[in-house]
Parts: sequence; structure tokens; C-alpha cells
Amino acid sequence: MPFLRTLGSKLTIAVGLIALVTISAFAVFNSRSDERALLAEVERHANQLSEAVKSSTEFDMLLNQRERIHETVRRIGQDPSIQRIRIMNKAGEVIYSSDSAEIGKSLDKNAEACTLCHKAGQPLEKVDIAERTRVYRAHPDSGRTLGIINPIYNTRTCSSAACHAHPRSQTVLGVLDVTLPLAEIDKSIRRGQTEVILLAVGAFVTLILIIGLLVRRWVALPVRHLVEATRHVAGGDLNYVIAEERSDELGMLARSFNNMTQRLSEARLQLVQSDKLASLGRLAAGVAHEINNPLTGVLTYSSFLQKRTKDQPEVQEDLKVIVRETIRCREIVKSLLDFARQSVPKKGQAAINEIIARAASVVENQLTLNQVKLAQQLGADVPLVTVDANQMQQVFINLFVNASDAIGPDTGGGTITVTTSRLKLSPIGITQIKKAQCPKRHSLINAEVRIDNKPSIRVRARTEGSEGFIYRDPMYGLARHQFGIAPEPGMHVEVMCPECSAALNVHGSPCPDCGAATFQFEVPGKGFVEGCTNRACTWQRWTELEKGGDKDFVEIRVRDSGSGIPRDELPRIFEPFYSTKGQKGNGLGLAVIWGIIDNHNGSITVESEVGEGTTFTIRIPVEP
Amino acid sequence: MKPARDILVVDDEDVITHAVQRVCTADGLTVDVASDAAEGMGRVLRAGYRLIISDVMMADVDGFMFLVDLRKRRISTPVILTTGMSTMQNAVRALGAGAIDFIPKPFTSDELLASVRRGLVYARLQAEAEATAHDARPDTIAWVPPPPSYYRLGYASWLLAERDGTAKVGVTDLFLRTVDAPTAFTLAAEGDELVQGSSCATITAADGLEHGVLGPVTGRVVEVNAAVAESPAGVERDPYFEGWLYRVLPSELQYDLHHLTACSSDRM
Repeated sequence: MPFLRTLGSKLTIAVGLIALVTISAFAVFNSRSDERALLAEVERHANQLSEAVKSSTEFDMLLNQRERIHETVRRIGQDPSIQRIRIMNKAGEVIYSSDSAEIGKSLDKNAEACTLCHKAGQPLEKVDIAERTRVYRAHPDSGRTLGIINPIYNTRTCSSAACHAHPRSQTVLGVLDVTLPLAEIDKSIRRGQTEVILLAVGAFVTLILIIGLLVRRWVALPVRHLVEATRHVAGGDLNYVIAEERSDELGMLARSFNNMTQRLSEARLQLVQSDKLASLGRLAAGVAHEINNPLTGVLTYSSFLQKRTKDQPEVQEDLKVIVRETIRCREIVKSLLDFARQSVPKKGQAAINEIIARAASVVENQLTLNQVKLAQQLGADVPLVTVDANQMQQVFINLFVNASDAIGPDTGGGTITVTTSRLKLSPIGITQIKKAQCPKRHSLINAEVRIDNKPSIRVRARTEGSEGFIYRDPMYGLARHQFGIAPEPGMHVEVMCPECSAALNVHGSPCPDCGAATFQFEVPGKGFVEGCTNRACTWQRWTELEKGGDKDFVEIRVRDSGSGIPRDELPRIFEPFYSTKGQKGNGLGLAVIWGIIDNHNGSITVESEVGEGTTFTIRIPVEP
Repeated sequence: MKPARDILVVDDEDVITHAVQRVCTADGLTVDVASDAAEGMGRVLRAGYRLIISDVMMADVDGFMFLVDLRKRRISTPVILTTGMSTMQNAVRALGAGAIDFIPKPFTSDELLASVRRGLVYARLQAEAEATAHDARPDTIAWVPPPPSYYRLGYASWLLAERDGTAKVGVTDLFLRTVDAPTAFTLAAEGDELVQGSSCATITAADGLEHGVLGPVTGRVVEVNAAVAESPAGVERDPYFEGWLYRVLPSELQYDLHHLTACSSDRM
């Protein structure tokens, strides 16, 4: 970008120009006023001198002592700060002068010294004091001179003096003219002017530098960072974050920008996920239709045959297996459809150990072929859990097949170890709020804004002047809430249902941690969850959940001695269509597993070391 | 017009039509086969059947359109829809469109037979009702419809939204009458999740067949009618009041109601 077109240089130039005009005007004004003051001083001095000459010669004039007057004028005129003193009579003839060569000369009434009083040939008699002063140059190349004339008026003492030189009718007898050289003064004025100009230029340059620096620091750099950030975001890097150290408007802009990119990045993630889910749905629909037709043939004929051969026990056993396994296929296809539609599993009380044993018997042949040993270390005290047995069996079959694939066919075999145990865990931080409603039973669950890929709980918040949504973390105790509104600390926040605006605030029950207002929503059948309206406060309370104390869980670990999963791939393995098996897998297995475990309010986590193997840990709550 | 045959099977997969034919013929029924909707319509117009079993996804016209075509032509033969797209949504849609039952593929021979037998009874009851429709005071009532404030899914189950936000769920009188002598009810447990369009209860008949009742609502069972679990006779006596099956906390009642038929509209 050309320098002159940047915001910083424009601002600097504009401020500089304004400063230049202001400083120049000030300098000119200051210099003029200095000059005026100096001249006034010289003028006063000249006037004083003129009065002193007039007074010191007055007596001699009355006595008509001409020689004494000559001497007085000459001596005073010898002072180097005085250029010349002269007295003219009414006719313009120089009678006395400090310059004796001038005596007797007649001055032209149009001469420099005379024009003030003698305009248009008419002799003036009264001249204002201010107008008696004049500044002029005798020659164009000589220095300036200040002259002051002092009319000598006819007084009674004059007209009645012994000499009787002046008749009573005369008003002005002559003029005293004193001229002083202004060379020193002019030098001082010039020096002053030079100083002012230097000062002005210095101030201007300093100002420009300071303004330039500040503008660069406060405006140009932050703006450049913002521009750079927008380029990154436009280029697809939604993880780019601007440093937010500033507290001014540009800092706020940076914060909003970061907030925006974070939202964008989440939205894009969801879009990708939902896109994948949509393709999964189409795929599932296609698979279901294609597979269910041939399966119908198998199931109808085998079940029909089973019914008709009740008297042949040796066939009955085999047919039973065919029917049972075909029904399992039906459930698998159905769960694929269910997963694509995120439907609810069909749960019943079941022993997880039995489900694992059944899954093991299904994959037994495949494992033996790969020389993989399946070690079952099933805990004896594992309680019954409320699960969809078919879905859970599918989970374990998938995990076993994955593990077997990770060990691989050419490695000389390996071991899969599956262990089950019961454990007690605090429900805080691991319980997902899946249903939430306002007093009028509107659901607050929002599937669009997800926190950790789980639908959030959306409430509307209103403060003085602003309104927005708060998305509460569905995982109770984690408090990773998202705020679409930023209330100042200490401000009262009203929280309400986004649909019907029913108030959710709990009056008279301030937050025990920070004292701010609290609100609550109902989890149908499971009491109320309370929360704090203060953004900085993480307090929340779910009495119904917490009074139950620690919850019973069944933990299942499936560990293999396979090739392991690289660390950077771990976060993605539960995504639909993400496969580490290349052409071999369809990338649906772990996504389906994740969906099933999530539908059981459980959790699944993975740990892996390349070359060591992989461990999947599943936790299922005993109470659904 | 007396039907020439009992059942018409419409499906573009031979293995399905053959399997259905095999199972039904063994049960003593006569079966015709058509491989698409156009052929099926031709056969219906020529002969007439007591019951039609049609696939949803066919090459020319889908099962829903086929059903609408039949009704436009004032053919009231009961239709059972079946599809490989065995989702609850399709089940609900099929019953909403006027199918008397929905069998998700793949099905066992018993599941097929149970549905077919119910369908044939339904056809008979319907014929009887039509025969007495013009009588001012019919001697017998074929079946008792649910009260007007109720909602129903097809003719199988009903739902009554209560003031406290829960909903009562039960099975209709007509469905019970199509089941040949119910002997036992297998119900979901308290706390179980019901799904609209999925079987919410199983009725075992005297002939040993199990009849799944497609549930009208998605939600958690908060109460099971203990009296019904003990003795199924109570349901038959009073299916709409004393004979309710569950009290359910619906997840999305408004959404579910959208797919149900208001019983008040049945009496117009």
C-alpha cells in the first residue's frame, strides 16, 4: 500500500497540517506583538527625550539665548543612540540642529518629517501624539529610523517675552524633531523572529514525530493485525487468533473478531459433521433398502422352515441360528438407520458380561484366522445395566474386529484383552443434560449450537440495553458456556425462555459464590438445574443429581496389542467416514459406536501408542 | 363383487413376492402377485382382493401413491405397506396415509402371518360395518372407536394428552378385535423409551402369533397399567379408559401429534 494512502499517514499529515497552521499563526502574531511592544518602548523613549529637549531649551528660548540652545542641542545630539535633534521654525527653516551643517536649510513641506502635519499644503496646528511618530528609511538601503516631532506652541510667556519675537496670534512657533536609529531594535526583532520560526519548526517536527508514532502504535499496527487476520480467515485459517491485549475500541474489535472466527470455526465443524451425517443418512438408506430385500428372503424362508420342521430337532438348532443371526442383521441395518436419524435405543436390563461373551463368539472364527487371542477378564460383581443389548453387542463386535485389524494378519498374531469392572464416579462433569425446559414446558435444548459436540441449553438473557442468548454447557459441572451477550459484572441479568419469554430467574436466591442473580430450568423428571448469571462465575447446582452422591458405572476396556493410532489422528477417529484402514474400512464403525454409547448416556475414550496398541474405555451408567 | 382371491402382493423383488406367496399359501390363502404398481392396479380392477400387501419403494409409483390411487378409485381394500426403508418415520407415514399396517423388512414368517391375519379380520369387520351402515339402528356394533378427544396412529394405538404434560397410551378396540383372542400383553417397563411408529407392546394371540402394537408417541414410560399386565381381559372390556397401557412423558408431543389422526375428525 503506498505510504500516503495508509490511515496512519493520512492522520499524521492531517494533524501535522493543522499544527503547522496553528503554530505559524501563533508565531506571526507573537512576532508582530513583540515588534509593536519594542517600537512602543522606543517611541515612549523618543517622546521623553523630545520633551526633555523641549524643557531644557524652553528657558533659553524665552531669554533668546541662541548660543546656549545650539550647545544644548549639539550635546544631547552627540549621544550615539540619538541620530539627530533639530528645531524648525514655522517657515520650515532649521534653526537648531545637532548636525550643524543642516542649520539654515529650509525643509520642503513635503519632506518625510513634515507630511504628518502638512497635508494638502494646509499647515496643521494640532497633531495627535500617536501621529507625531514616524518610522522611515532615509535611503532604501539604510536602516530604519524613528522620528518624533514635537510642536512648540505659542504660550503667554512666549508672546510676552522681552524679545517680542512671536506675535500673540501665532499658535505654533516651531517644531522639535528628534530621530533615533532603529538598527539595534530591528536586529533584536529579527533575532526574535528567527527564534520563533526555529521554535515553530521544532515544535512542528516534534509533533509530527510523536503523532506519527502514536498513530502507528494505536491505530496502524492494530489495524494491520486485523487486516492480516481477515486475510488468514479468508484463506481458511479459522484458528487464527489476534492478541487481545488492548482495551480500546480496536481491542474490542479484535475480541469480537476472535469471537467471530471461533463461532465460524464451530459452525464449519458442525457443517462438516452434519454434511457427513447427511451422506451417512443417504448411504444408510441405500444400504437398508438393498440389504433388507435379500434379508427378507432369508428371514421369511428360514423362519417358515423352522416352523414347519418342529419335529426335526437336528435341523431346528441350525435354523434357529440362521433366524437369530438374520434378526441381528436386521437390527444392525436398523441401527444404521437409527444412527443416521439419531434415534433412541431400545433399552432393557442386560448383563454386559453376557453381551461381551456373545459378541466374542460371533467374531471367534475371524480372530482365530488372524491368530488373535481374545482374553476376557470379566468382573464378577458387574451389575446389570439398562442398555440396548443388540446395539451394545454391535459395539463390541466392531471394537473386536477393529482390534483384530489393528493387529493385522501378517504379524504372527496378538492379544485383545477385554476387562469389565464396576466403579463409582461423581456425576459432576460426566452427566449430560439431555432435556431442559422452561416453566411452560418449552424445550431449551438447542442442537444447532453444540458444546463438545453435544446440543447446548439455550436461554435468552437481557440486561440494560442488550439482549442475546446464553448457551449453557450440557455437561453438568464443566461450565463451558458460550455467551452471545457480554453483561458487565454487577449488572442484573434477566434470563428467560427463548420461545415464550417465561422468566427463569430465581428471586431472592443470589449465587453463593459471587452474589449475582441466579436462574434455573427444569430437567423433566430430574429436578432443576440452577446457574449463575455472572459470566465469570461457574457456579451451578443440580440438587436432585448431587444428593444421589456418586453414581455406579460399568467400565469396559478393550485393549489390543496392535499397531496403535498416531496421536494426531486420535481426535478424529469417532467422526463419520474417518477411517485409518484406507480402502478396507468404511469409516462408520467408530462413529456408530460413538452414537450408540452417547445414546446410552455413556462415554467412550481412546488411548493409543504407536507400536504398543490401543485401549478403548467405555463407561455406561448403571441407572439409565 | 366377491373377491376372486384373498391377497395381492405388489413388490418388484421376486424373492419377496415368492416368500409371501409361500407363507400365505401354506396358511390356506390364495395369493396373486404383481411386480409393480401399474400391474397391481390392473389386477385389482380386474379381480378384487380381500387384502393388498404392497412395497413402498417400487420402480414406477411408490406404495403411498398406489394407496392414494386405490382410494381415488373408491377401492377400499385394506392395504399393508412394507419397505426396506424400515424407519419409524415410514411406519408413521404409512399409517397416516391410510395403510392398516406397516411391516418393516426383513420380516419373519410369523410377523407376516400375524399382520395378514389381522388384515383379513379388518377387511371382514369393515365389510360388516359397511353392510350395516345404512341401518338406522344396527343390531351389533362392529367396533368402538376412540373418544373424540383422543388421537390415533392408524387403527392400532391411541394417545390422550393429559393436562399435566404426560400422555396416556393404549390400544384401540378395532386392533384388539382383529387379534384372534389375545392371551397375554407384553409391556415395556417403567423408564423405558417408546418411539412413535415402533412396537410399544406385544399382544400374544391364542394361535401363538405375536402382534406388535405400533406406539403413537415418543417418550419415557412413567407408569405402566399394572392391571393390564396381570390380566389382558381388562383391556378388551374397556380399551379407552380402564384399559390404558402406559402413562408417558412425551419428548416432543407437538411434533408427534402432527403425525396422528384426531379422533374427532373420524365422526364427520
